[in-house]
Amino acid sequence: MATVEVSFTALPAHVRTARLVATAVARRSGVAESLLEEVRLAVGEACSRAVEAHRRSCPGEPVRIALTDGAGRFEVEVTDTGARPAHGTGQSAASSGDGQALPPGFGIAVIAGLADHVQVKETPAGTSIRMSWPSAVPAD
Amino acid sequence: MPRTVIWYRHDVRAWSHGWEDFVDLKLDHHTKDGIEIVDVEGEIDVYTAPRLRELLIELVNNGFYQLVVNMEKVEFLDSTGLGVLVGGLKRVRAHDGSLDLVCTQERILKIFRITGLTKVFGIHDTVDAAITARRSEK
Repeated sequence: MATVEVSFTALPAHVRTARLVATAVARRSGVAESLLEEVRLAVGEACSRAVEAHRRSCPGEPVRIALTDGAGRFEVEVTDTGARPAHGTGQSAASSGDGQALPPGFGIAVIAGLADHVQVKETPAGTSIRMSWPSAVPAD
Repeated sequence: MPRTVIWYRHDVRAWSHGWEDFVDLKLDHHTKDGIEIVDVEGEIDVYTAPRLRELLIELVNNGFYQLVVNMEKVEFLDSTGLGVLVGGLKRVRAHDGSLDLVCTQERILKIFRITGLTKVFGIHDTVDAAITARRSEK
């Protein structure tokens, strides 16, 4: 079971809240201060992407985030139920509203550059992005 | 079905920053030595980036093709913000213009580095350095 779970309405305004929650839980889980900015940015990217996916296909459905601390890892899973677009791994939030300024999938590429470990799972129901960073090993 | 949680802006503010110092995005611009300086303060993300995009479009539509975006007071930048900056660059280049950045913050520079965009933008330490660099290229 996740340490903290959040679901939020798929609106851009709430992505900041998701970043704040994830960063706060990461800090409490013992993630090094030097990595918190990476957590903040990677979670923001994943949530932005999920919000865009929901706004295209299911704006009434909430985006879910599960934050789990355990076994020396802090793990974040962002799950959307937005239908997969016709091509690629999902249109990045980076290109939304600005033509093709950045290529599709750019947000996921950024996440891959930030998180210690990243797993992207696509199903007909939507996409799940799981990412993790080292955290303090819990005391016995 | 999961419960939908909506955090109101004042909750976030009180929790994370205190009431008085929260700025989501503040934009200003002025002309210096014939170059339009865009001062950006706060967070550029999926929520706020459209405002920056609108300003850049407005400036280009009004004939400002030499731009410097001062990001010294930017606290957060994600790929949506990068997309807006790249979009702005494309627009000014269509008029043989330029879009340079001012940024010394390591946390902001990092996203430019991991995306390779340090090769696309001229990134300078100060507004004056950006203006000087632009003038020397003319």
